[in-house]
Amino acid sequence: MVGLTTSFGSGAMSNSMDDVAEKAAAFFVIGSNTTEQHPVFGSRLRQAVLRRGAKLVVADPRRIDLADFAKPAYGGLYLRHRPGTDIVLLIGLMHIILHNGWEDKNFIAGRTEGYEEFAATIEHYPPEKASEITGVPLEQLYQAAEILALNKPMAVIWAMGITQHIVGVRNVMSLANLQMLLGNMGMEGGGVNPLRGQNNVQGACDMGGLPNVYPGYQNVTSEETRLKFEAAWGVSLPDKVGLTLTEMIPACEDGRVRALYILGEDPVMSDPNTSHIRHCLERCEFLVLQEIFPSETSAYADILLPGVSFAEKTGTFTSTERRIQMCRKAIEPLGETRPDWQITTEIAKRIIALGERDMRPAPHSGWDYNDTSDIMSEISAVTPSYAGVSHARLEAGERLQWPVKGPDHPGTPVLHVGQFTRGKGKFAPIDHIPPAELPDDEFPVLLSTGRVLYHWHGGQMTRRAKGLMGVYGRALVEVNPEDAARWNAKDGTHLRVTSRRGSIEVEAWVTDRVPPGMVFANFHFPETSANILTHASLDPVAKIPEYKIVAVRVEAV
Amino acid sequence: MPVHLTINDKPVQAHEGQTVLEAACAHGIVIPTLCYHKDLSPVGSCRLCIVEVDKLRGQVAACNLPVAEGLVVHTETPALVQSRRTVLSLLLQNYTDAGYTSHDGHTTEFEHWVRYYEARLPDGTSPAPRYPLDGDPNPFIWVDLNKCILCTRCVRACEEVQGRFVWGVGERGSYTRIIAGADTAMLEARCESCGACAAYCPTGALDHKLSIRQGEADRKVTTTCTYCGVGCQFDLNVKNGKVIRVTSNPNAPVNGMHLCVKGRYGYDFIHHPDRLTGPRVRRYLLEEGEKVLHGPAWDWVETDWNTALDITARKLAATRDHYGGSSIGVLTSAKCLNEENYLMNKLARQVLGTHNIDHCARL
Ligand code: SF4
Ligand code: SF4
Repeated sequence: MVGLTTSFGSGAMSNSMDDVAEKAAAFFVIGSNTTEQHPVFGSRLRQAVLRRGAKLVVADPRRIDLADFAKPAYGGLYLRHRPGTDIVLLIGLMHIILHNGWEDKNFIAGRTEGYEEFAATIEHYPPEKASEITGVPLEQLYQAAEILALNKPMAVIWAMGITQHIVGVRNVMSLANLQMLLGNMGMEGGGVNPLRGQNNVQGACDMGGLPNVYPGYQNVTSEETRLKFEAAWGVSLPDKVGLTLTEMIPACEDGRVRALYILGEDPVMSDPNTSHIRHCLERCEFLVLQEIFPSETSAYADILLPGVSFAEKTGTFTSTERRIQMCRKAIEPLGETRPDWQITTEIAKRIIALGERDMRPAPHSGWDYNDTSDIMSEISAVTPSYAGVSHARLEAGERLQWPVKGPDHPGTPVLHVGQFTRGKGKFAPIDHIPPAELPDDEFPVLLSTGRVLYHWHGGQMTRRAKGLMGVYGRALVEVNPEDAARWNAKDGTHLRVTSRRGSIEVEAWVTDRVPPGMVFANFHFPETSANILTHASLDPVAKIPEYKIVAVRVEAV
Repeated sequence: MPVHLTINDKPVQAHEGQTVLEAACAHGIVIPTLCYHKDLSPVGSCRLCIVEVDKLRGQVAACNLPVAEGLVVHTETPALVQSRRTVLSLLLQNYTDAGYTSHDGHTTEFEHWVRYYEARLPDGTSPAPRYPLDGDPNPFIWVDLNKCILCTRCVRACEEVQGRFVWGVGERGSYTRIIAGADTAMLEARCESCGACAAYCPTGALDHKLSIRQGEADRKVTTTCTYCGVGCQFDLNVKNGKVIRVTSNPNAPVNGMHLCVKGRYGYDFIHHPDRLTGPRVRRYLLEEGEKVLHGPAWDWVETDWNTALDITARKLAATRDHYGGSSIGVLTSAKCLNEENYLMNKLARQVLGTHNIDHCARL
């Protein structure tokens, strides 16, 4: 969440799901199909609309389920903007807010910087122009701006629909701008609320599973930080940012990267442009894969190390709202499998024993852990935002959301109260850039990708749950009735969807969830994975691929 | 404003706006209920929670009775016991238990109160079944309307917890019963298979299909869901070393009793036969030959941990020592524990000397 770090100094969800669901007077849900991707939170949003009259504005090119709750009868509104026009939509709304004097002048003056420069760029997209580019009728822009500005606090909620674009970081910064403009930061019921996908994405980021930061978002390029970790671990450490996932695998092609150690990920299924990924993995000299199931990626692995599922180990996960919770072992590891932390420990000890790297004794140089609570003690020693986290506190029933600054600190349900993590909130002037690959004569249809309620990511787990397969057992592509008529397709017709990179055959689901000219597919099933079609155009800063917009051609087979 | 009342001769302090039932619950006084659930709006239809109040004639439903200063309440008089027995006996007239183990393998709330008040039909029999067992094709929700007592908890759970409107009550033939949508299959009535209706059902008329006949768990372990980032908690029910069902844990901080279809029913991957159960290496590594991505040299060989870990360590160390740490990439996992992610970060940076570490947050 690079965008939020730039604006506020912290990339995480600012608020808690509970305060958002209970206290927000209005919600702005953009690029999040909440009821399918974060279902329990999605239901709470529905309840807030039905039970306490919270106003819901949904902006999404697809008529997602929540759109049914964003209607004038409930005081809300559904905006169907064209894919890839989020920034224009947001600037258009902010234009209306400013011209009506609805901005929070005290908040802007007291807590932000860069406002003047930002306000000037807003003038580039007057509502008429925004309406023309986004396809949202002018009066809907006015109505939406009014709902969002006049109901306070208002919470902004988004997910991958905002970030999986070449302009993902700009999208996020635009949402930060909106919340500063309206003074909705640092209070219950407001805030910027990116919903993280997998159950421990937040924790993987917090723990330094990123090429630019140590645990707790401490920069690898900061000398002070580097010295701190050199002292803790007893080695000298590089001072340059490493490669991201979307750079690392392609780097196998020219030998810049020669070995990969992959824990529980399936890049062949989850990364864009599947055939190029396969080619790169073939070139990798040595690939260790630690997994619970053979996957598409295991075809390229030299070694497979069997880890365990969440039911077979104890430790912590950190949810999207920065809440650290226990995962507890319920059954013994199956067969010869071992908890992943034990496997990693064994590998580390063996490499260290081979002795070619200079290592000196230091407080945390060793790898002798009896259990994961020992590891958590080390984490809290080197990670300021986890300084007060321990298994003992969690087992005693304490509810902790980071930052937890010390053993007596109660945690932080709402970020940025009174002051932003970086001091002043930073308004960033943002301009619109069109998507990298737009439909043309040869590939006239726009494909967007994502997940469905009944499945999960590459489907490794959910495709092995028989009930889930019973409800949703094969890939479907959502097609608008108008297009379906043109392609002679009904529900169940086999369609061939072709992009510049590949082709898949899937069954049609005719529905007005998608607008004419757009189709939607998922990546849960290997042979029909939408990632065979996607491309690797990356956001230049966050390096997130543009999964949401791909040009394709569709025909019945 | 505190309100003082007496329940079963015990002084009880409540606050304004509470019902007698809520005040009793808060003080550990059990008043039997069926249609009431603290998470759902009260309907006061089952009349099991009736109590007597001094200076008030008759028996009143505690779920509907606001607390008031000086109220004197009795919850378990002989007359109340008799009335409850009658209420339960009437319900038994339309209740048939086919005898399979359901609902956690425990007694259901309904069975519990039937036994407690020794309710039975006059001739001690039970009526013939009127509906099929497993009456709905939904793969997760077991429907056995022979056990339905029309408490409407499912109707309210679907509306008030999930925000769907699948269940309703309607007349079909000579019977009143719960009906999905316009009397269709649940999924056609836009059911999202969250299981809330089954979790709140007090009789097992709605139940978890994957767990029917699985019996009672040896133990329950509270844990956090492995799927999305909401962070729901629930209890894994374990029997003979196997996860046999997921049950709601009302104390879960984020979700209470609520879960979605993946969290509640997506657990059978844990014991799936495809699970990798031992380390495997490609044959060429054991024979110390050249790497070729096909033929017998590329076959998997099952091996022991020592061998697999030694080869892994040797290869990674050799790559690091030859080409530098930056020639190795580490992908950590958004499905794994914080502690495991920390170790992957430490392995990459401390042991391999590279910042080439990432995971699928971007995807
Ligand atoms: S499973 Fe959930 S959505 Fe389906 S009927 Fe029950 S409560 Fe409603
Ligand atoms: S139960 Fe559903 S909503 Fe809750 S964490 Fe699991 S996947 Fe997410």
